[in-house]
Amino acid sequence: MSGLTQLARLGGGGAVPLAAVSDLAWSDFAAAVVLAVERGLRVVAYFGTAAAGGGVELHAVLADDRAGNVAVAATVIEGGTFPSLTSDVPQVHLFEREIAEQTGLRPEGHPWLAPVRFHGSYRAGHDAWGRPEGEPILPGDLDFYRVEGEEVHEVAVGPVHAGVIEPGHFRFQCHGEEVFHLEISLGYQHRGAERAVAGGPDTRTIHYLETVAGDTTAGHATAYCEALEALSGCAVPARAQALRAVALELERVASHVGDLGALAGDVGFLPSASFCGRIRGDFLNLTAEICGSRFGRGLLRPGGVGFDLEPAQLARLRERLERAATDARVAIELLWETPSVMARFEATGALPGVVAQLLGLKGPSARACGLDLDARRDHPTGLYRSRHIPVALAESGDVYARAWVRWLEIQHSLTFLREELGALPAGPVRAATNGLAPRHLAVSLVEGWRGEICHVAITDARGAFSRYKIVDPSFHNWSGLAYALRGQQISDFPLCNKSFNLSYCGHDL
Amino acid sequence: MIKILRARWQQGHRTIAFPDGPPPPLPERFRGAPEIDATRCVDGCRRCADACPTGAISLDPALAVDLGKCLFCTHCLEACPEGALAYGRDYRLAARRRENLRVDSTRGVELAAALDAATRKLFGRSLKLREVSAGGCNGCESEVNVLSTVVWDLGRFGIQFVASPRHADGLLITGPVTENMHLALQKTYAAVPPPKLVIAVGACAISGGPYIDHPEVHNGADAVVPVDLYVPGCPPHPLTILDGLLRLLGRIPTP
Repeated sequence: MSGLTQLARLGGGGAVPLAAVSDLAWSDFAAAVVLAVERGLRVVAYFGTAAAGGGVELHAVLADDRAGNVAVAATVIEGGTFPSLTSDVPQVHLFEREIAEQTGLRPEGHPWLAPVRFHGSYRAGHDAWGRPEGEPILPGDLDFYRVEGEEVHEVAVGPVHAGVIEPGHFRFQCHGEEVFHLEISLGYQHRGAERAVAGGPDTRTIHYLETVAGDTTAGHATAYCEALEALSGCAVPARAQALRAVALELERVASHVGDLGALAGDVGFLPSASFCGRIRGDFLNLTAEICGSRFGRGLLRPGGVGFDLEPAQLARLRERLERAATDARVAIELLWETPSVMARFEATGALPGVVAQLLGLKGPSARACGLDLDARRDHPTGLYRSRHIPVALAESGDVYARAWVRWLEIQHSLTFLREELGALPAGPVRAATNGLAPRHLAVSLVEGWRGEICHVAITDARGAFSRYKIVDPSFHNWSGLAYALRGQQISDFPLCNKSFNLSYCGHDL
Repeated sequence: MIKILRARWQQGHRTIAFPDGPPPPLPERFRGAPEIDATRCVDGCRRCADACPTGAISLDPALAVDLGKCLFCTHCLEACPEGALAYGRDYRLAARRRENLRVDSTRGVELAAALDAATRKLFGRSLKLREVSAGGCNGCESEVNVLSTVVWDLGRFGIQFVASPRHADGLLITGPVTENMHLALQKTYAAVPPPKLVIAVGACAISGGPYIDHPEVHNGADAVVPVDLYVPGCPPHPLTILDGLLRLLGRIPTP
């Protein structure tokens, strides 16, 4: 029996009792995951949790974009290994490495079983690499993929980088200027964020989610709040849902404007670079006008939002939005009209759509390759159930396409913001949240500015989180960047990297 | 070309006049230095301290807040039935010593004093910094980056972020210092030629922030290297960071 009908299904922002997610035999579990992906479902989370009997329970969460829901499959592994599915389903390659690191289970047959974040196993006495317990684990300590041959050379960059950016290690295999292979080894930012959410919710939980990727506060905090509300049966007031969407779209616009400015800077086009750097701040300041923080800290709270907008504030916000929108249009349109910019953007770092799909890419980087995915349309929650934002697509998958998709998204989000701020529903902005349903599982999917964020919350018999899984879109997209560099000039790495602009801490958790 | 010039004219001049002129307007709901009124505290009440996510609030002998741990969230305000805590609008928060970040009813932040004359002679008109993010969430990093935009134009003060520790006069550190960045931070610090400065920006780099006491982190920069300037916030507003840097260099006098 390998159909998908045996799997528990839940809609966006929904929760199911754990009893409805029955453990399958491994063969049925594996067949279900492979079949689901063949049918176009996406693996949005795949993780292990220590089970009561000493084994490890694996959960696979599969997003069915056409049906607008997710299917959950589970199985229990008793021994020290489980068969790797990566060769059939490449998008699970990093999930399997993560399972190995966190639980000590070894995915047999995995083509590249390196650590993900370089920390000890969460199950004492079980280490997938047989490392002695108590011995320090050094980040970046692995046998990097090597290309041998005459005039082949290796370039190592990081962890500390030249600019004001987060740390990571990049290992290039080059032939002259041409990159044959790039391996990205992260984990330097690992703070134990995901581990620490388990046991909650408590006073610190929302702060972990606000800072798990601190430039995506609205995205991750929305995903957390929706999971918590699904588990507590809380109905969020309409005005709060509207303000959440405003926060999410302002975060998207600010980040995309900043990214386009940074791309302009990387090709030496300083007018747009300096204009956009400033205009990004104008959009961050709009978020600060709502909640006092440019990054939206304190805005999202379980049950609703922490701040309301007074009529005078709202009027000011709308006026400033128009001014910033005009400045952004002038600054960004220069890019497409400048041949020296377009010559550098076009055909640089092209990622084929089929590769993006195999790797499970998310967000603007996926849409730039023609993958028609957007959680706001496919798995809508909150305001997005009733209000739709067009999905921005491009085909060429290069730096130009990633830039162009951002510009389209900026325009769509600005239209959305104008309309929503002009018609905010009346009423309260926060509802009370009750205790969480014991022994339930909730999944939230939120389209953050980098792409789809997935959170999976599982509660224990007391209604506390026994497991909380966080999947930032960067978790998938770093592999896309590595692939896009193949055959490129190594000097184009900064431009390609900026065109993805991925989160290190969101990956490292 | 004509379009670029027209765009340049349309965008206008945006660099702020601060510190010679007024600071740029802050958002109406900006949360700056806390204003504490311990006389409103009810005996035995610990609601604010219990609500604080990072243990920034102490009640012994009286209500006090450690801004090195404070995330400038609103949990304590919401928990206090008496209104003993409020956020003021003062953006000036940077201090030279860790203990100077402790504020109570009677005492605000002891703002950063300038470097001594000899060090100021070295760095006062040219300070090159290497930034090390050691577990930062990209909040503080972004706000530090913003200082290099046309609005803040950090270059006017001779302050610049450089691409190598060998070119630097000091480090600006963000993040709680993860175990996995511990060695890299030590090596980067060692590579900066002396005399050198260290600036810790944000609650994480000062105390660990939300990640305080996690086994994966070292509770901030001064567990690893000596720190000369602490800039609180989660993340601090760019104005708070700039104010701290300019105080350190003596460009804004601290009485």
